[in-house]
Amino acid sequence: MKYTEEHEWLEADDDGVVTVGITAHAAEQLGDVVFVELPEVGTSVNKDDEIVVIESVKAASDILAPIDGEIVEVNEAIVSEPGKVNDDPEGDAWFFKIKAEELGQMDDYMDEAAYKSFIG
Amino acid sequence: MSDEDGALKRTPLYDLHVSLGAKMVPFAGYEMPVQYPLGVLKEHQHTRARAGLFDVSHMGQVVLRAKTPEMARAALERLVPVDVLGLAEGRQRYGFFTNDYGGIEDDLMIANRGDHLFVVVNAACKAADIARMRAALEPEVTVKEITTRALLALQGPAAEAVLAEHHPGVREMKFMDVETLPIAGAECWISRSGYTGEDGFEISVPEAAAVDLARALLAHDEVEAIGLGARDSLRLEAGLCLYGHDIDADTTPVSAGLVWAMQKVRRPGGDREGGFPGAAEIFGDLAESTAQRRVGLRPEGRAPMREGVEIFAAESGGEAVGRVTSGGFGPTVGGPVAMGYVSTALAAEGTLLYGEVRGKRLPVKVAKLPFVAQGFKR
Repeated sequence: MKYTEEHEWLEADDDGVVTVGITAHAAEQLGDVVFVELPEVGTSVNKDDEIVVIESVKAASDILAPIDGEIVEVNEAIVSEPGKVNDDPEGDAWFFKIKAEELGQMDDYMDEAAYKSFIG
Repeated sequence: MSDEDGALKRTPLYDLHVSLGAKMVPFAGYEMPVQYPLGVLKEHQHTRARAGLFDVSHMGQVVLRAKTPEMARAALERLVPVDVLGLAEGRQRYGFFTNDYGGIEDDLMIANRGDHLFVVVNAACKAADIARMRAALEPEVTVKEITTRALLALQGPAAEAVLAEHHPGVREMKFMDVETLPIAGAECWISRSGYTGEDGFEISVPEAAAVDLARALLAHDEVEAIGLGARDSLRLEAGLCLYGHDIDADTTPVSAGLVWAMQKVRRPGGDREGGFPGAAEIFGDLAESTAQRRVGLRPEGRAPMREGVEIFAAESGGEAVGRVTSGGFGPTVGGPVAMGYVSTALAAEGTLLYGEVRGKRLPVKVAKLPFVAQGFKR
């Protein structure tokens, strides 16, 4: 598992498909999530593109594509039930899966220990 | 709004908020709880289902006295388009200060407490409000800011049962009644009112007794501490205006849909018509209507439309016909809700409009306010 400074987690499978979600820390900071807008399957994205909108009771925020690639699956369950993001952000409430163009881009991100010290 | 050194002020309940795990934020010059560990959504739902306790001590509490109570009531009418003279003893009324252009300088609650008037104003406006009252009413009226009392709000369907355990007299009170009752050994100035759309009470309590009273109320299973976050979503669902957002110096009572708060006696043809700042402008608006009107807005999709979202008549092209002044997610409604101003011609309930969110025009319908049924005990 890798972590970004934008509080996303990334987990790659053996086929180079990376599942992306937000961390428990991020979900807690956001507060109760009430709206999620996900990209369309098949979209090609570049690292740092704003591809997800997430709104909590407090404010709207964007989630950036952490790597280059193609969106191959999105989690519709969190669109119909945004509260799942607060319930299980690092499990069932993943956001999207992206077929990486170059898995090496993940090397730039933090491991769990580094992320824990990053959020203090 | 804050001390001269810029430091944030604290209410008498500050330490209690921190001990309850509140997230404290700056608000109108005070450090206030925006939410507790329960979170905004559950705090909102708890208030609608049972009862919530709010610290609103940052608001301004002001006592007005004159040689006779009638003199004080008549004098205040010079600043508000409200029937204050006819306000019976033991009753409270909503009102607003107007400016020379007919705009709203602040909204307030006015209570007739027998030998004096008790006025509650918004925290962000209180210095200006007090200065306005002093300039216009002194020396005939003495204007005294009460700085030694906290203000608590207990809101929700269980509020009466909870407070009645501390003094059964509250059961006799009706919506907008005011009373002085001893609670937990302290002289409390109580009104049956609030700003959530629910039944409930606002309790002015001497600051030395405030923490004990708050703890005594929180000791009831029905009561949870509620922060500013849920206070905002509760009042938005209830269709109530937030000063500085839904009403301000540029909105008039007519465009804001607050004509109900101007009793007939102060309107054209009434026995005491006019006599407040901006009367001519407001009467003009009454006769000719206004270019825009405040309306409820119910987005058709799930995306919240927040303050500042521009409203259009068509899905593409054209100039904006309005904007959102308060908006977010309504936990009781179960979807996004908003208020805003739109062209009067497009203000009819059910009119389909479009709000531009992140560059996309999304459908939104003009909706009846409030979004939830009021729980007031009339």
